[in-house]
Amino acid sequence: MINSKVFLKGLKSLQGSKSPAIPLAACFVALGALLKDAGFNLKQSAASSLFTYALPGQLVMAESLLVGASIVNIFIAVWLVNFRLYPMTVSLFPLLEHKTQPKWKYYLSCHFLAVTSWLIAKDGYKKIDKKHRIDFWIGIGIGTWSTAILMTALGYLSADYLNKDMLIGLAIVNPVYFFCMMIGAMKNLSISIAVVVGTILGPLIYLVSTEWALLFAGLIGGTIAFLFGEKNDK
Amino acid sequence: MTSSQIIVLAIIATSLATFISRFMGALTSEKVSVKSKIFHWFNCVAYSTLAALLGRMIIFPAGVLAESYLFIRIAVLVTCIIIFIVTKKNLVVPTIVSAILLSILNSI
Repeated sequence: MINSKVFLKGLKSLQGSKSPAIPLAACFVALGALLKDAGFNLKQSAASSLFTYALPGQLVMAESLLVGASIVNIFIAVWLVNFRLYPMTVSLFPLLEHKTQPKWKYYLSCHFLAVTSWLIAKDGYKKIDKKHRIDFWIGIGIGTWSTAILMTALGYLSADYLNKDMLIGLAIVNPVYFFCMMIGAMKNLSISIAVVVGTILGPLIYLVSTEWALLFAGLIGGTIAFLFGEKNDK
Repeated sequence: MTSSQIIVLAIIATSLATFISRFMGALTSEKVSVKSKIFHWFNCVAYSTLAALLGRMIIFPAGVLAESYLFIRIAVLVTCIIIFIVTKKNLVVPTIVSAILLSILNSI
């Protein structure tokens, strides 16, 4: 059903010099501590990472709860910040598609889609035989997802031992890791333009609209990059 | 409603709001061919959205990171990117350095 060799290859992406284990640990430990602060118990904190597994959305949830926002408002705010997962899925899953693979694998494993797993899959899919790429993805997904859940619990339990400077230190690890991974991914003109324009537009549009900044910055930056790529390919 | 019930509802709402985008993505993917222009466009939009999120996380961070100075965050980021390039794309070293460096610089 699942090619165990390829699955293990995906799982092993947690090891080595490109390992996401440290950034994942840093940000989910910090999240666990924050959730404790927001009044969650241990089970609820772990459940949040188990069922959501998308850090920016979980941060929005915790902060909305702290200021007493309604459930409907939380839903909309999270949907907006996590909508990036839609273009991310569409730019990854066609690469993993194979007609011999059952559909349920795709529908279930889309839950593993987060920035970390996406960047690892985008970096490594070419080395895997097309037929088994989805199993490689499931390996990456199970590895990063279970790390996130365990680290959330660990962060909850160690919250009392973490001081503010340590938490601030942990909070920078994730953006640093993502930036490095993206710079590593800038192998052609259109992706490079997409990254540079997105980085500039994201904070700029945020000044005008906090909720819609990501969507608009992504659409505008992505479309500019796409048009440039089209022009230069011809 | 007790606060515990609100937390459970918030977890459900957050998870649903997140899964919708992933699942819609999986459905759309079935109709998108790797060689099509639309796939290329989605790829550019995905990278750009991600970059926008990261730019925002550094310039206008949420949570505890907001309590550090902007120029310190940018200095840490640039230092770590240089380490990443110098170490031939090692990701473990720059990520560890980033946490230590920011903790130290922020407590001075």
